[in-house]
Amino acid sequence: MYGNGYISPEETAKQKPDPLAGEDLQQLALFEERIARGEKIEPQDWMPKEYRRQLIRMIEQHAHSEVIGALPEGTWITRAPSMKRKLALIAKVQDEIGHAHLLYNAAETLGKSREAMINDLLSGKSKYSNVFNYPATTWADVTVIGFLIDGAAIVNQVINAKGSYGPYCRALERICYEESFHLKQGHDALVHLAVGTKEQRAMLQDALNRWYRPIIHFFGPSDKASVHGTLLMKWKVKMASNDDMRNQFLDQYVPKIRELGLDFPDPKLNKNAEGVWEFSDPNWDEFFATINGNGPCNAERLAVRRWAEEHGRWVRKALINPSQKQVLPLS
Amino acid sequence: MKSFDPRVNRIKPIEEKTEMNIGEAWEPYEVFHQKKRGDHHIHVGSVHAPNAAQALLFAKEQYGRRQNCVNMWVVRTADVTQFQYDDADIFETAIDKEYREAYGFKVRDKINAYKKQQTESK
Ligand SMILES: [Fe+2]
Ligand SMILES: [Fe+2]
Repeated sequence: MYGNGYISPEETAKQKPDPLAGEDLQQLALFEERIARGEKIEPQDWMPKEYRRQLIRMIEQHAHSEVIGALPEGTWITRAPSMKRKLALIAKVQDEIGHAHLLYNAAETLGKSREAMINDLLSGKSKYSNVFNYPATTWADVTVIGFLIDGAAIVNQVINAKGSYGPYCRALERICYEESFHLKQGHDALVHLAVGTKEQRAMLQDALNRWYRPIIHFFGPSDKASVHGTLLMKWKVKMASNDDMRNQFLDQYVPKIRELGLDFPDPKLNKNAEGVWEFSDPNWDEFFATINGNGPCNAERLAVRRWAEEHGRWVRKALINPSQKQVLPLS
Repeated sequence: MKSFDPRVNRIKPIEEKTEMNIGEAWEPYEVFHQKKRGDHHIHVGSVHAPNAAQALLFAKEQYGRRQNCVNMWVVRTADVTQFQYDDADIFETAIDKEYREAYGFKVRDKINAYKKQQTESK
């Protein structure tokens, strides 16, 4: 699921005044021409340091989001309301971990080891999608995640799959194929509640109320004005602005909630005459606080992840082949 | 830390620093799958594993849990030899390579000319 549509503020602050300082201009021109022609960049190619840095950051955050994203849903595997739902949820959660694997691989081709990425997640240095720092408190939350969060992620991932870095595009293509199942099973489970008893509908509406703001936050704050964004767009690292992706998502999904006689808790949520969705101020302070570690579940998510690493260590160590080589995956 | 998730409350989540050591994630293997008998094996991605047998197992989980698959290969990434993209010009066919293509050989015109000549000389 879960690309990250936003450029996290910390990274923007770290941004050097001239991200191209010291680059070989002839190589840079060839690199940019290749991208402009619609050709992909492969791991062995020359690339600007800033391209490499931004891609590692972005793909790594995406991978972490898949891993952490499995936690709120995983909570519900043992309590799924039927065998069919349980099987679907297990399959989905396994897919998400598989997505993390594909993405870590893609990031590794750029030169950062998997161990280093996991360590940056465990220490809190690397970010992951804000939505997973909220708890899934009822079964209805699982249906909202499966339909709307995965739906938002698909918007992001389909767009990014047209980017310039070969390994990331290949991973995303495979991921998008599996996401269609996530979306379908989520929609099915959500509709099941929506057409059910009064209690089921109320439970679903409550979940929609609680997830509305995190969903609006999902694509990140408006970044139309960012100069930094332009370079990344030219290099096809970033393929659409946060606002455009959010608008595409709202356009696709709000009607699918409203047709069920349900709605999001925002009287201002509406499409204006220009076809642009408007919504109330979603409190970006909350978004920044959550991204920076102060959301309701941040501490728990990382603590659980650390526990998993600690408790899996003996297996990993027992299997290590002393002659193993530290090489990068090919593609 | 009190969690909403009873499973989390049963374990003791670790709140202090934890680190993976370099090498703990093993090494990469490249994965090739064959969708049906008669097809080529096609590269689909890679897995991290401590040995080839384990790599096959992970490959099956990662790339064979959906859709058709009748066989898989895994190859240690470190054992793969490849060209460099910088040398891509070695594949350029700037000179005429018709001599090694089927379309480089056209006999019909010659045969027709010959037949015509034969008829006329009668
Ligand atoms: Fe995913
Ligand atoms: Fe998903």
